[in-house]
Amino acid sequence: MEAPILSIAVFAPLAGALLLLLVRADDRRTLRAVATAFMAVPVVAVAWGAAQFRFGDPGLQLVERATWMPGIGVSYFLGADGISLAMLALSAVVGLVATIASYGIDTRVKEYFVLLLLLQTGVLGVFAAEDLILFYLFWELVLIPMYFIIGIWGHGRKEYSAIKFILYTMVASLLMLVGILALYFLTGAKTFAIPELVGLGRTLAAGLQWWLFLAFFIGFAVKVPVWPFHTWLPDAHVDAPTPGSVMLAAVLLKLGAYGLLRIPLPAFPQAAHAFAGTLALLGVINIIYGALAALSQRDLKKLVAYSSVNHMGFVLIGLAAATPAAVDGAVFQMVSHGLISAMLFLMVGVFYDRFHTRDMERFSGMYTVMPLAATFMAFAAFANLGLPFLSGFIAEFYTLIGSWTVFPQYVTAAALGLLLTAGFNLWMMQRVLMGPVRAEQRGTPEMHAREIVTLVPLAAFVLLLGVAPGLLTAWLNAPVQALVQRMGGM
Amino acid sequence: MVEHAWLIPLLPLLAYAAQVFFGRALGAYTAWVGVVLLAAGAALSLGVLAQVLGGAAAAASFPWLKIGDLTFAMGFRVGPLEAAMLAMVTVVSLMVEIYSIGYLHGDAKYNRFFANVNLFVASMLGVVLADNFLLFFACWEIMGLCSYLLIGHWYEDLDNARAATKSFLVTRLGDIGLLIGIFVTFWHAHSLNFADINQSAASWGAGAATLAALLIFTGAVGKSAQVPLHVWLPDAMAGPTPVSALIHAATMVAAGVFLVARTYPVFEASGTALQVVAWVGGLTALLAATMATVQVDIKKMLAYSTMSQLGYMMLGLGVFGYAAALFHLLSHAFFKALLFLGSGSVIHAAGGEQNMHRMGGLRRKLPWTTVTFVIGGLALAGIPPLSGYFSKDEVLLAAFRANPALFWIGVATAGLTAYYVMRGIWLTFFGEPRDAHLYAHAHESPAVMVGPLLVLAVPAVFFGWLGSPQLGHALQHFIALPGEAEPAADRFAAAATIAMAFAGLALGLAIYAGGRPALRRDLIRALRPLYVLFKQKWYFDHLALGLTGLGLGLAQVVGALDRYVVDGVVNGLAWLTGAVGQLVRRAAVGDAQAYMLTMAGAVLVGLAVYLGMGG
Repeated sequence: MEAPILSIAVFAPLAGALLLLLVRADDRRTLRAVATAFMAVPVVAVAWGAAQFRFGDPGLQLVERATWMPGIGVSYFLGADGISLAMLALSAVVGLVATIASYGIDTRVKEYFVLLLLLQTGVLGVFAAEDLILFYLFWELVLIPMYFIIGIWGHGRKEYSAIKFILYTMVASLLMLVGILALYFLTGAKTFAIPELVGLGRTLAAGLQWWLFLAFFIGFAVKVPVWPFHTWLPDAHVDAPTPGSVMLAAVLLKLGAYGLLRIPLPAFPQAAHAFAGTLALLGVINIIYGALAALSQRDLKKLVAYSSVNHMGFVLIGLAAATPAAVDGAVFQMVSHGLISAMLFLMVGVFYDRFHTRDMERFSGMYTVMPLAATFMAFAAFANLGLPFLSGFIAEFYTLIGSWTVFPQYVTAAALGLLLTAGFNLWMMQRVLMGPVRAEQRGTPEMHAREIVTLVPLAAFVLLLGVAPGLLTAWLNAPVQALVQRMGGM
Repeated sequence: MVEHAWLIPLLPLLAYAAQVFFGRALGAYTAWVGVVLLAAGAALSLGVLAQVLGGAAAAASFPWLKIGDLTFAMGFRVGPLEAAMLAMVTVVSLMVEIYSIGYLHGDAKYNRFFANVNLFVASMLGVVLADNFLLFFACWEIMGLCSYLLIGHWYEDLDNARAATKSFLVTRLGDIGLLIGIFVTFWHAHSLNFADINQSAASWGAGAATLAALLIFTGAVGKSAQVPLHVWLPDAMAGPTPVSALIHAATMVAAGVFLVARTYPVFEASGTALQVVAWVGGLTALLAATMATVQVDIKKMLAYSTMSQLGYMMLGLGVFGYAAALFHLLSHAFFKALLFLGSGSVIHAAGGEQNMHRMGGLRRKLPWTTVTFVIGGLALAGIPPLSGYFSKDEVLLAAFRANPALFWIGVATAGLTAYYVMRGIWLTFFGEPRDAHLYAHAHESPAVMVGPLLVLAVPAVFFGWLGSPQLGHALQHFIALPGEAEPAADRFAAAATIAMAFAGLALGLAIYAGGRPALRRDLIRALRPLYVLFKQKWYFDHLALGLTGLGLGLAQVVGALDRYVVDGVVNGLAWLTGAVGQLVRRAAVGDAQAYMLTMAGAVLVGLAVYLGMGG
């Protein structure tokens, strides 16, 4: 029997969380070590899985399947294609980085790491689950730890933001649950296995498809987030502690986009097709509105938060266009934005820890004060505005060139939005990094080794994927091709 | 050797990597890493040029990325134009780097400066060699990044930071047009390879070709500082002067011209696009020259002159003077780099002063700088037999054959050019010192700066001869497109051009060497409206500022809208739900249960509805 690689990846953090319960609450060193070790397991497991993966094969691999609740057709069913594997790899790496970035947490350390590890199990589970009930359970599992992480370890109006986050996303996942049950009952399926259900969804009448599509779409749209369902995001991202913001932006937003391309888009192709124009328009709104909102901020972290709204717009356009290149570009953007937004939030944390402010008017001359930190910040900002040879450019270039034949008007608008994207990044750099040094900020300590350790791998991946994007597209091409066929082949 | 041309950009890239990762260890030797590697690059480039002159050519590519159903290749190609550009770029940048050793001596960010310059050179060489639009665009953007970083080299001063931001944003606007142009091109040519694009352009239909060409041209307008996207270039002078010489005069800004040349068949397939290129170029040449006549800052004067000369190149391309325009690109690179480095030498001597009205008489203190600057200036003014004369003459000849109105605009520009050159030379080097303190402390620059001036003076004098009628337009034949016709010479056109150049010089002499300030005051009073118009730069900066303000204002509106309206609706709904919850609470036990109950009820009702519809 083959090793259950995905189960190992998904449940190692949970095992770590259980083990943490046995550690004394004031033994921070051990708590950190255990958490880090168990967060490293998924990285190794995913790498192991990738090593034996057949990337030319669009089907599910690393499959583990066992009956669980046979009466209603629920099974323990994990599997991955190249897209899921890419998301698993992203989550594993970012989760480990977030753990290391959490060493600075000094209140209720034990509870914190337990929750962070639980969160990681939820996230990885969503990307590996191939049974809708399992998917839904992992999906809900993500919400609760994040709620506490924001509410307990956050800043500012943290309770407000945490409640807003959980209510908003709960309402959305409820809609998704309605969709799941309806899909199950209406198709008369004997199983909750995603591949089968997706195959049956297309047999439904067009009107029904439309309603089901809508339920799933809104369920996932809140997470992406799609305008106008995004307003939980700036509050949650800003008030969460740095590692929480990293997980939110880099991974949790991807859950929504991943859900879209896994369920409603292939399951209800007619509805998806009818909705494509609206979806692309929403993508354009995300891009332009997100960039303008970012441009209006004085709060550095809010600027970075709205930048996520901006970048997820490209994912929407790519998914809407549904050409192989566009969808490839959209998934590439999911990975790329995960890496870049993680860098940006980590840098905001680096500055916040030292200056206890996020008000850009109170920063100046960071190039002089903290040259290394400023260089990382500039690297992330240029990656964020789509500089070539960095991952964001590849993602946006391919999304747009792939969508051109379908939506030239929206591609043009999105491209013009790139000017605004450049605008808020450049203006941020001008205010924070350039200019004269403020007397009270002189002599601020430079980034320390642990902070550097969290940023270097992210920067390395951003550069690597920008120079050799083929490393990632080789994972994506086959499953994307299959997905596009399913979306187009009514 | 020619098949190894792809190594040339890697040499400065290697220098960049060394400086980024080992800059501290290299210390003061950091500059030499770049100089040595660039010297190797220049040697290799000259070797390549020699082979290409002998008829060699090379091209190679490999499949780089398969994404979805599209495959993209990466590769390079070297033909005559590329070989000539390689040689020019490596030689000029080598001179600029050597000069910078002296100019940047003692600068706190010495290593950073050289690292960024080397990254720039690598990407400029990448632009020259790229055989496809993707690599071209990627290198093109990295050039923009380096330009931004170097304009903001002294970022402690917020004015420099603003200039850097402005340069990136304005050129980015053009680049977005170019990006969309690349999309359009791709879906017509089904390839991003320049050879495929140029081969198929004629079959796209005039409408598609016009659209693609105009979008591509937008990128060139931004990069080559053509009206109306020129507003960043004068501000870019905030960077160290060697950067102005290399990036903002000789190489990067000329890349826009190179881009149009690179995709010339697309422009040819659309008569309209060529007309636009010609008129934008002609108007830029004229407007920039008028603005140059009233500058008091020596670098800004040169910046407007660069813009004006780039206008000439675009004009040349627009009137079918492909070879003439590229001839002017090459000759301009040498004499304009010379002029900028000369101005740097002056600024260095004058303790950072850039206002020409505070100078005067510096020829006695800076003999080498004076001689080389005058050579560069006369070349720029188009005085025979210096190199600018031949290349400008060729551009104007092409215009004369194709479009008389543009020819006369070009001739008028030539007169203005000679006038502001003479004005600048006289104010700086001749007459009596106007600032005794500045004059007393002025001194000739060290050999490491004067040396490159002398080297660059050689092509400023002689380079044009390669394209002269006496040598049978050898250079133009070398770089011309296959089948490009050579415009027949015309005595009248040549005479008009030369006459205007000398008239401009004479006017400059009369006004400035005459030395009567009263005359200048009277002239300014008499031509007040024009003077104000030129001084205010035709109000383009006001326009740019207004648009930026508009954008930022819109951002504030969206920011407020998001906070109070979009989020307000959400919070309102939440409040409403809460209120309903309060009602339910009277019947139920607690909040949480109330919510769960409501939710469960909703699910059941929903399901019932759907089931009913399905059944």
